[in-house]
Amino acid sequence: MHINIEKVSHQYETKQGMLPVLKDLSLSIKRKGFTAIVGPSGCGKSTITRLVSGLIKPTKGSIFISNKKITSPLSTVGMAFQNPVLLEWRNVIKNIILPLEIVSKNMTYNQKRSNALELLKLVGLEEFENNLPSELSGGMKQRVSLCRSLVHSPEVLILDEPFAALDAFTKEDLWDVMHKLKKERDFTCILITHDLREAVYLADQVIVLSGRPASLQYDVKTNFNEEKKISDLYSSEVSQLLATLRNQIEIAQNKND
Amino acid sequence: MIRINNFIIPLFSLIIFCLLWELLVWYNNWPNYKMASPSDLWPAFWKFKHLFLIYGWETFWRTVVGLILSVLVGLSLGILMGFSKTIRIGLYPILVGFNAIPKATVVPVIALIFVGMHNMNTIIIVILISFFPICVSISIGLSTLEREYEDILLSLGANKFEIFYKIALPKTLPEFFGALKVSTTLAFIGTNLMEIIEPHGKGLGHLFDSGKISADYPLMFAVLITLAVMGIFLYYIVVYLENIFAGWAIRK
Repeated sequence: MHINIEKVSHQYETKQGMLPVLKDLSLSIKRKGFTAIVGPSGCGKSTITRLVSGLIKPTKGSIFISNKKITSPLSTVGMAFQNPVLLEWRNVIKNIILPLEIVSKNMTYNQKRSNALELLKLVGLEEFENNLPSELSGGMKQRVSLCRSLVHSPEVLILDEPFAALDAFTKEDLWDVMHKLKKERDFTCILITHDLREAVYLADQVIVLSGRPASLQYDVKTNFNEEKKISDLYSSEVSQLLATLRNQIEIAQNKND
Repeated sequence: MIRINNFIIPLFSLIIFCLLWELLVWYNNWPNYKMASPSDLWPAFWKFKHLFLIYGWETFWRTVVGLILSVLVGLSLGILMGFSKTIRIGLYPILVGFNAIPKATVVPVIALIFVGMHNMNTIIIVILISFFPICVSISIGLSTLEREYEDILLSLGANKFEIFYKIALPKTLPEFFGALKVSTTLAFIGTNLMEIIEPHGKGLGHLFDSGKISADYPLMFAVLITLAVMGIFLYYIVVYLENIFAGWAIRK
């Protein structure tokens, strides 16, 4: 599933008039790729997730998933957000199977449950199957949210800052969970983030957006190592890359002023 | 242990309350036409126990039926207002204005429209007085649903109805039960307004009225206490339902 965003412009209607957020944005994400999108706050990163998932239509331009133009939501997309938005009245397993209730209505409960359990094991929460979300920590909730976004085996996974509200160590744990999921499952991933280390550690392609209205400013591959480890983040090669990205963000911010 | 405490503690506070009440009347040496004391109430109950049963039941069932109907009315209006901004803006001023009218003034109007149909009159007043909190809480609950909740289902191609019954409705249940508790106590006000103001000769309101006419103050107090007990009873039924349907929202 490669994703092509072609000359997309988008604007929102606000009380002050039209607010352009994206301008002639073009980028392509290869099949099974992991692309991180960074940029100054309010530059329209979340708009991209809503466009790719088909929740909104671009004002101009088009988006293609495997050469098919997106016009409405696709059941082959999974989403996770900064807020884990778990349903407080459902236990962990029933939260995870929620997408299956929409996408695979004919599947039996046991099948749904076994799909969910498989993911729950991957993220290391199998013994919390019957707990309510209110009994979980922030990191655990986010793990459950990741399971839910993957339970229907989507071809595209869209992550909108899912680790932003977590403390540093939990975040690093979840990065590794993400590596594991990516290895076990077959999906193309778009990650929106503010954390450059996260972008470099998780993604194989990092894209810097310019300030609003955003367009592509910088596009870099991050394949510094086959199997990425947290310690790699302290290598000189990665430091160099992070410095470059930081510099690009600054350029993007200046454009905003 | 928690279960027993949940019963013992309220009972204990009730006993203390009655003792203080008794003490207050005794200390001031008030005659029972000024303020009846708890010890005066039991004889009043006993003397009219037959009437208490008949009238109490009349008041009770009409309150419950009215309450159930006001849940239906409140839910439907709340759902409409929660999903459509146009309906919300359109209906709010009417509903608020309507709610601001003292219901005591509506009683004669209703009684005139449906002359002689006492049960229906009473139930209509109950609905009018109780649906408002339910309607407001449901509409606010639905209209403030975070966008991400909708997005996780919408991005899978779910329709509005699926979003409503899988997410929006269960998520609003705690607010709904909060409002239902308010409505439950309001409902008794509704029944008694009709029973006291319109002389149909039915319900505890009527018994209260006859107590007033014959200057039987302990009887009047006994009616008030019966109403309070019924209110508490109905309230705990709502709490019980809340535990079943929205127990996840209650902190243990």
